Amino acid sequence: MIRELLNLFIIFFKIGLFSIGGGYVMLPMLRREMVEDRDWLSDSELIDYYAIAQATPGIIAINTATFVGYKRRGVWGALASTAGMVGPSLIIITIIAMFFARFQDEEVVQKALRGIRVAVAVLLSFTVASLIKKAVHGLQGIVLFLGAFFGVALIGLSPIPILLTAAFIGLAAGALARRKHVDSENNGMGDAK
Amino acid sequence: MSLFTIFAAFFKIGLFTIGGGLAAIPLLREELVAGNWVSGAEFIDMLAVSQSTPGPIGINMATYAGFQAASFPGTLAATAGMVAPSLIIIILIARFMRNFSDHPLVQNVLGGVRPAAIGLIAAAAWFVLSNSVLLMEHFPGTGWFELPAVILGAVLALVYWKTKAYPVYYILAGGLIGIFLF
Repeated sequence: MIRELLNLFIIFFKIGLFSIGGGYVMLPMLRREMVEDRDWLSDSELIDYYAIAQATPGIIAINTATFVGYKRRGVWGALASTAGMVGPSLIIITIIAMFFARFQDEEVVQKALRGIRVAVAVLLSFTVASLIKKAVHGLQGIVLFLGAFFGVALIGLSPIPILLTAAFIGLAAGALARRKHVDSENNGMGDAK
Repeated sequence: MSLFTIFAAFFKIGLFTIGGGLAAIPLLREELVAGNWVSGAEFIDMLAVSQSTPGPIGINMATYAGFQAASFPGTLAATAGMVAPSLIIIILIARFMRNFSDHPLVQNVLGGVRPAAIGLIAAAAWFVLSNSVLLMEHFPGTGWFELPAVILGAVLALVYWKTKAYPVYYILAGGLIGIFLF
Protein backbone atom coordinates (compact mmCIF):
# COMPACT_ATOMS: atom_id res chain seq x y z
CA MET A 1 0.00 0.00 0.00
CA ILE A 2 2.69 2.51 1.07
CA ARG A 3 4.74 1.37 -1.88
CA GLU A 4 1.97 2.03 -4.34
CA LEU A 5 1.18 5.43 -2.80
CA LEU A 6 4.83 6.35 -3.19
CA ASN A 7 4.66 5.09 -6.76
CA LEU A 8 1.65 7.33 -7.50
CA PHE A 9 3.44 10.29 -5.90
CA ILE A 10 6.54 9.73 -8.04
CA ILE A 11 4.62 9.26 -11.29
CA PHE A 12 2.66 12.48 -10.78
CA PHE A 13 5.72 14.37 -9.58
CA LYS A 14 7.37 13.44 -12.87
CA ILE A 15 4.29 14.46 -14.85
CA GLY A 16 4.10 17.75 -12.95
CA LEU A 17 7.78 18.39 -13.56
CA PHE A 18 7.42 18.11 -17.32
CA SER A 19 3.98 19.70 -17.75
CA ILE A 20 5.23 23.03 -19.01
CA GLY A 21 2.72 25.57 -20.29
CA GLY A 22 -0.70 24.21 -19.33
CA GLY A 23 -2.75 21.27 -18.10
CA TYR A 24 -3.24 19.44 -21.39
CA VAL A 25 0.53 18.99 -21.66
CA MET A 26 0.14 16.22 -19.06
CA LEU A 27 -2.02 14.05 -21.33
CA PRO A 28 0.64 12.37 -23.49
CA MET A 29 2.65 11.55 -20.33
CA LEU A 30 -0.39 10.39 -18.39
CA ARG A 31 -1.52 8.16 -21.23
CA ARG A 32 1.95 6.65 -21.52
CA GLU A 33 2.23 5.94 -17.76
CA MET A 34 -1.32 4.79 -17.06
CA VAL A 35 -2.58 3.21 -20.28
CA GLU A 36 0.41 2.04 -22.29
CA ASP A 37 3.03 1.11 -19.68
CA ARG A 38 0.89 -0.06 -16.76
CA ASP A 39 -2.63 -1.01 -17.81
CA TRP A 40 -3.94 0.93 -14.82
CA LEU A 41 -6.53 2.73 -16.94
CA SER A 42 -8.22 2.16 -20.28
CA ASP A 43 -8.30 4.89 -22.91
CA SER A 44 -12.03 5.34 -22.28
CA GLU A 45 -11.44 5.85 -18.55
CA LEU A 46 -8.70 8.37 -19.25
CA ILE A 47 -11.02 10.35 -21.54
CA ASP A 48 -13.89 10.12 -19.03
CA TYR A 49 -11.68 11.47 -16.25
CA TYR A 50 -10.31 14.25 -18.39
CA ALA A 51 -13.82 15.24 -19.56
CA ILE A 52 -15.17 15.29 -16.00
CA ALA A 53 -12.06 17.20 -14.87
CA GLN A 54 -12.86 19.92 -17.41
CA ALA A 55 -16.50 20.23 -16.45
CA THR A 56 -16.03 20.39 -12.67
CA PRO A 57 -14.51 23.08 -10.42
CA GLY A 58 -10.75 23.07 -9.95
CA ILE A 59 -7.62 22.91 -12.06
CA ILE A 60 -7.89 20.24 -14.77
CA ALA A 61 -4.51 18.63 -14.05
CA ILE A 62 -5.29 18.42 -10.33
CA ASN A 63 -8.77 17.02 -10.97
CA THR A 64 -7.34 14.38 -13.29
CA ALA A 65 -4.59 13.43 -10.81
CA THR A 66 -7.15 13.15 -8.00
CA PHE A 67 -9.40 10.95 -10.16
CA VAL A 68 -6.61 8.58 -11.18
CA GLY A 69 -5.24 8.39 -7.62
CA TYR A 70 -8.68 7.63 -6.19
CA LYS A 71 -9.29 4.91 -8.75
CA ARG A 72 -5.99 3.22 -7.82
CA ARG A 73 -5.94 3.57 -4.04
CA GLY A 74 -8.96 5.47 -2.72
CA VAL A 75 -8.68 8.73 -0.78
CA TRP A 76 -4.99 8.17 0.09
CA GLY A 77 -4.24 7.54 -3.56
CA ALA A 78 -5.99 10.80 -4.46
CA LEU A 79 -3.90 12.68 -1.89
CA ALA A 80 -0.62 11.06 -3.00
CA SER A 81 -1.24 11.83 -6.68
CA THR A 82 -2.26 15.43 -6.02
CA ALA A 83 0.73 15.99 -3.72
CA GLY A 84 3.00 14.63 -6.46
CA MET A 85 1.42 16.88 -9.07
CA VAL A 86 1.93 20.08 -7.02
CA GLY A 87 5.38 19.11 -5.67
CA PRO A 88 7.50 20.45 -8.56
CA SER A 89 5.52 23.73 -8.61
CA LEU A 90 6.11 24.29 -4.91
CA ILE A 91 9.85 23.73 -5.20
CA ILE A 92 10.54 25.53 -8.49
CA ILE A 93 8.29 28.54 -7.94
CA THR A 94 9.60 29.08 -4.43
CA ILE A 95 13.17 29.13 -5.75
CA ILE A 96 12.23 31.56 -8.52
CA ALA A 97 10.29 33.82 -6.14
CA MET A 98 13.33 33.89 -3.84
CA PHE A 99 16.10 34.44 -6.33
CA PHE A 100 15.13 35.62 -9.78
CA ALA A 101 11.79 37.13 -10.48
CA ARG A 102 12.74 38.06 -14.07
CA PHE A 103 13.32 34.40 -14.92
CA GLN A 104 10.99 34.43 -17.94
CA ASP A 105 12.82 37.39 -19.56
CA GLU A 106 16.02 35.38 -20.01
CA GLU A 107 16.57 34.81 -23.72
CA VAL A 108 17.65 31.21 -23.12
CA VAL A 109 14.37 30.49 -21.32
CA GLN A 110 12.34 32.01 -24.16
CA LYS A 111 14.17 29.92 -26.76
CA ALA A 112 13.84 26.72 -24.74
CA LEU A 113 10.12 27.35 -24.33
CA ARG A 114 9.69 27.74 -28.07
CA GLY A 115 11.36 24.37 -28.62
CA ILE A 116 9.25 22.78 -25.87
CA ARG A 117 6.06 24.08 -27.48
CA VAL A 118 7.02 22.34 -30.73
CA ALA A 119 7.63 19.06 -28.85
CA VAL A 120 4.31 19.43 -27.02
CA ALA A 121 2.49 20.07 -30.31
CA VAL A 122 3.95 16.85 -31.74
CA LEU A 123 3.19 14.74 -28.65
CA LEU A 124 -0.37 16.06 -28.35
CA SER A 125 -1.04 15.38 -32.04
CA PHE A 126 -0.04 11.73 -31.61
CA THR A 127 -2.15 11.44 -28.44
CA VAL A 128 -5.17 12.90 -30.23
CA ALA A 129 -4.69 10.49 -33.14
CA SER A 130 -4.61 7.45 -30.80
CA LEU A 131 -7.66 8.67 -28.87
CA ILE A 132 -9.65 9.26 -32.07
CA LYS A 133 -8.89 5.70 -33.16
CA LYS A 134 -10.02 4.33 -29.79
CA ALA A 135 -13.08 6.38 -28.99
CA VAL A 136 -14.57 8.29 -31.93
CA HIS A 137 -16.99 5.90 -33.63
CA GLY A 138 -20.03 6.22 -35.87
CA LEU A 139 -21.80 9.29 -37.16
CA GLN A 140 -22.67 10.56 -33.68
CA GLY A 141 -19.05 10.31 -32.53
CA ILE A 142 -17.65 12.06 -35.59
CA VAL A 143 -20.20 14.89 -35.41
CA LEU A 144 -19.57 15.45 -31.69
CA PHE A 145 -15.79 15.34 -32.18
CA LEU A 146 -15.84 17.85 -35.04
CA GLY A 147 -18.44 20.02 -33.31
CA ALA A 148 -16.32 20.29 -30.15
CA PHE A 149 -13.12 20.88 -32.11
CA PHE A 150 -14.49 23.67 -34.30
CA GLY A 151 -16.57 25.09 -31.44
CA VAL A 152 -13.39 25.76 -29.47
CA ALA A 153 -10.76 26.23 -32.20
CA LEU A 154 -12.80 28.50 -34.51
CA ILE A 155 -15.62 30.04 -32.50
CA GLY A 156 -13.85 30.09 -29.12
CA LEU A 157 -16.69 28.52 -27.14
CA SER A 158 -16.01 27.48 -23.55
CA PRO A 159 -15.58 23.71 -22.96
CA ILE A 160 -18.38 23.47 -20.40
CA PRO A 161 -21.43 24.17 -22.63
CA ILE A 162 -19.86 21.88 -25.24
CA LEU A 163 -19.51 18.98 -22.79
CA LEU A 164 -23.03 19.54 -21.41
CA THR A 165 -24.52 19.55 -24.93
CA ALA A 166 -22.60 16.36 -25.77
CA ALA A 167 -23.87 14.71 -22.56
CA PHE A 168 -27.44 15.64 -23.49
CA ILE A 169 -27.04 14.31 -27.04
CA GLY A 170 -25.62 11.06 -25.61
CA LEU A 171 -28.63 10.71 -23.29
CA ALA A 172 -31.12 11.48 -26.08
CA ALA A 173 -29.47 9.01 -28.46
CA GLY A 174 -29.53 6.34 -25.74
CA ALA A 175 -33.21 6.94 -25.01
CA LEU A 176 -33.99 6.74 -28.72
CA ALA A 177 -32.07 3.49 -29.09
CA ARG A 178 -33.89 1.95 -26.14
CA ARG A 179 -37.26 2.96 -27.57
CA LYS A 180 -36.39 1.40 -30.91
CA HIS A 181 -35.26 -1.72 -29.09
CA VAL A 182 -38.58 -1.97 -27.18
CA ASP A 183 -40.55 -1.34 -30.37
CA SER A 184 -38.76 -4.07 -32.29
CA GLU A 185 -39.21 -6.50 -29.38
CA ASN A 186 -42.93 -5.77 -29.31
CA ASN A 187 -43.14 -6.27 -33.04
CA GLY A 188 -41.23 -9.52 -32.70
CA MET A 189 -43.71 -10.78 -30.11
CA GLY A 190 -46.57 -9.73 -32.37
CA ASP A 191 -45.11 -11.79 -35.21
CA ALA A 192 -44.72 -14.84 -33.01
CA LYS A 193 -48.38 -14.79 -32.13
CA MET B 1 -1.63 37.87 6.51
CA SER B 2 -2.84 34.79 8.38
CA LEU B 3 -2.40 31.37 6.82
CA PHE B 4 -6.09 30.71 7.14
CA THR B 5 -6.90 33.87 5.13
CA ILE B 6 -4.54 32.66 2.41
CA PHE B 7 -6.03 29.17 2.43
CA ALA B 8 -9.59 30.54 2.27
CA ALA B 9 -8.79 32.96 -0.57
CA PHE B 10 -7.35 30.18 -2.73
CA PHE B 11 -10.07 27.73 -1.78
CA LYS B 12 -12.53 30.22 -3.23
CA ILE B 13 -10.47 30.61 -6.41
CA GLY B 14 -10.15 26.82 -6.78
CA LEU B 15 -13.88 26.40 -6.32
CA PHE B 16 -14.80 28.90 -9.03
CA THR B 17 -12.18 27.87 -11.55
CA ILE B 18 -14.06 25.75 -14.04
CA GLY B 19 -12.63 24.66 -17.35
CA GLY B 20 -8.92 25.06 -16.86
CA GLY B 21 -6.15 27.12 -15.31
CA LEU B 22 -6.67 30.03 -17.68
CA ALA B 23 -10.18 30.42 -16.27
CA ALA B 24 -8.55 31.16 -12.91
CA ILE B 25 -6.71 34.23 -14.15
CA PRO B 26 -9.55 36.78 -13.85
CA LEU B 27 -10.38 35.38 -10.40
CA LEU B 28 -6.73 35.53 -9.34
CA ARG B 29 -6.41 39.08 -10.59
CA GLU B 30 -9.48 40.15 -8.67
CA GLU B 31 -8.34 38.49 -5.47
CA LEU B 32 -4.64 39.38 -5.62
CA VAL B 33 -4.54 42.80 -7.26
CA ALA B 34 -7.82 44.22 -5.98
CA GLY B 35 -7.06 42.71 -2.56
CA ASN B 36 -3.64 44.44 -2.57
CA TRP B 37 -1.58 41.27 -2.28
CA VAL B 38 0.51 42.25 -5.31
CA SER B 39 0.61 45.18 -7.75
CA GLY B 40 -0.72 44.93 -11.30
CA ALA B 41 2.82 44.76 -12.71
CA GLU B 42 3.81 42.03 -10.25
CA PHE B 43 0.73 40.09 -11.29
CA ILE B 44 1.81 40.17 -14.96
CA ASP B 45 5.27 38.92 -13.92
CA MET B 46 3.76 36.13 -11.83
CA LEU B 47 1.64 35.05 -14.78
CA ALA B 48 4.63 35.00 -17.12
CA VAL B 49 6.69 32.96 -14.64
CA SER B 50 3.81 30.56 -14.05
CA GLN B 51 3.37 29.91 -17.75
CA SER B 52 7.04 29.29 -18.40
CA THR B 53 7.80 26.94 -15.51
CA PRO B 54 6.79 23.31 -14.92
CA GLY B 55 3.45 22.52 -13.31
CA PRO B 56 -0.17 23.64 -13.70
CA ILE B 57 -0.41 27.43 -14.13
CA GLY B 58 -2.99 27.83 -11.35
CA ILE B 59 -0.78 25.99 -8.86
CA ASN B 60 2.25 28.01 -9.87
CA MET B 61 0.29 31.24 -9.37
CA ALA B 62 -0.94 30.10 -5.96
CA THR B 63 2.57 29.13 -4.86
CA TYR B 64 4.01 32.46 -6.00
CA ALA B 65 1.31 34.54 -4.33
CA GLY B 66 1.51 32.44 -1.16
CA PHE B 67 5.26 33.03 -0.98
CA GLN B 68 4.84 36.81 -1.39
CA ALA B 69 2.20 36.85 1.35
CA ALA B 70 3.78 34.59 3.98
CA SER B 71 6.98 32.91 2.77
CA PHE B 72 7.19 29.07 2.91
CA PRO B 73 4.11 28.42 5.06
CA GLY B 74 2.25 30.72 2.66
CA THR B 75 3.11 28.55 -0.35
CA LEU B 76 1.67 25.49 1.38
CA ALA B 77 -1.48 27.29 2.58
CA ALA B 78 -2.20 28.77 -0.87
CA THR B 79 -1.57 25.52 -2.76
CA ALA B 80 -3.57 23.45 -0.27
CA GLY B 81 -6.47 25.90 -0.62
CA MET B 82 -6.29 25.76 -4.40
CA VAL B 83 -6.44 21.92 -4.58
CA ALA B 84 -8.89 21.30 -1.73
CA PRO B 85 -12.09 21.88 -3.78
CA SER B 86 -10.75 19.49 -6.47
CA LEU B 87 -10.02 16.79 -3.91
CA ILE B 88 -13.46 17.02 -2.31
CA ILE B 89 -15.53 17.28 -5.50
CA ILE B 90 -13.59 14.73 -7.56
CA ILE B 91 -13.54 12.14 -4.76
CA LEU B 92 -17.33 12.43 -4.50
CA ILE B 93 -17.72 12.04 -8.26
CA ALA B 94 -15.21 9.16 -8.40
CA ARG B 95 -17.13 7.39 -5.66
CA PHE B 96 -20.35 7.81 -7.64
CA MET B 97 -18.64 6.57 -10.80
CA ARG B 98 -17.37 3.46 -9.03
CA ASN B 99 -20.93 2.44 -8.23
CA PHE B 100 -22.78 3.70 -11.27
CA SER B 101 -20.35 3.72 -14.18
CA ASP B 102 -22.06 0.65 -15.70
CA HIS B 103 -25.52 2.19 -15.45
CA PRO B 104 -26.99 2.61 -18.97
CA LEU B 105 -27.76 6.31 -18.46
CA VAL B 106 -24.19 7.03 -17.31
CA GLN B 107 -22.91 5.07 -20.30
CA ASN B 108 -25.14 7.13 -22.61
CA VAL B 109 -23.84 10.39 -21.16
CA LEU B 110 -20.22 9.23 -21.49
CA GLY B 111 -20.91 8.00 -25.02
CA GLY B 112 -21.75 11.59 -25.93
CA VAL B 113 -19.06 13.23 -23.82
CA ARG B 114 -16.07 11.10 -24.94
CA PRO B 115 -15.87 12.17 -28.59
CA ALA B 116 -16.53 15.79 -27.58
CA ALA B 117 -13.73 15.63 -24.98
CA ILE B 118 -11.36 14.34 -27.66
CA GLY B 119 -12.49 17.27 -29.82
CA LEU B 120 -11.48 19.61 -26.98
CA ILE B 121 -8.07 17.94 -26.73
CA ALA B 122 -7.68 18.25 -30.50
CA ALA B 123 -8.47 21.97 -30.17
CA ALA B 124 -5.75 22.26 -27.49
CA ALA B 125 -3.32 20.48 -29.84
CA TRP B 126 -4.30 22.88 -32.62
CA PHE B 127 -3.80 25.85 -30.31
CA VAL B 128 -0.25 24.75 -29.43
CA LEU B 129 0.50 23.90 -33.05
CA SER B 130 -0.73 27.28 -34.29
CA ASN B 131 1.48 29.09 -31.78
CA SER B 132 4.68 27.11 -32.27
CA VAL B 133 5.12 25.48 -35.66
CA LEU B 134 2.54 27.61 -37.44
CA LEU B 135 1.95 31.27 -36.72
CA MET B 136 -1.65 31.47 -37.79
CA GLU B 137 -2.05 35.18 -37.02
CA HIS B 138 0.03 35.86 -40.16
CA PHE B 139 -1.97 33.47 -42.35
CA PRO B 140 -2.22 33.66 -45.36
CA GLY B 141 0.50 36.32 -45.71
CA THR B 142 4.21 35.57 -45.48
CA GLY B 143 5.63 34.15 -42.29
CA TRP B 144 2.63 32.01 -41.30
CA PHE B 145 4.90 29.11 -40.57
CA GLU B 146 8.34 29.06 -39.05
CA LEU B 147 10.79 26.93 -40.97
CA PRO B 148 13.13 25.93 -38.09
CA ALA B 149 10.11 24.97 -35.99
CA VAL B 150 8.57 23.00 -38.87
CA ILE B 151 11.82 21.06 -39.32
CA LEU B 152 12.18 20.44 -35.57
CA GLY B 153 8.55 19.30 -35.41
CA ALA B 154 8.95 16.99 -38.41
CA VAL B 155 12.11 15.41 -36.95
CA LEU B 156 10.52 14.90 -33.52
CA ALA B 157 7.39 13.45 -35.14
CA LEU B 158 9.45 11.02 -37.21
CA VAL B 159 11.48 9.89 -34.20
CA TYR B 160 8.34 9.50 -32.09
CA TRP B 161 6.61 7.51 -34.80
CA LYS B 162 9.60 5.18 -35.14
CA THR B 163 10.66 4.75 -31.51
CA LYS B 164 7.74 5.78 -29.25
CA ALA B 165 10.34 6.84 -26.67
CA TYR B 166 9.13 8.34 -23.42
CA PRO B 167 7.35 11.74 -23.88
CA VAL B 168 9.62 13.45 -21.32
CA TYR B 169 12.62 12.99 -23.64
CA TYR B 170 10.87 14.95 -26.38
CA ILE B 171 10.14 17.84 -24.05
CA LEU B 172 13.79 17.87 -22.91
CA ALA B 173 15.03 17.57 -26.50
CA GLY B 174 12.65 20.32 -27.67
CA GLY B 175 13.93 22.65 -24.94
CA LEU B 176 17.60 21.94 -25.60
CA ILE B 177 17.37 22.12 -29.38
CA GLY B 178 15.25 25.28 -29.08
CA ILE B 179 18.06 27.10 -27.28
CA PHE B 180 20.38 26.59 -30.26
CA LEU B 181 17.83 26.70 -33.06
CA PHE B 182 15.86 29.89 -32.42
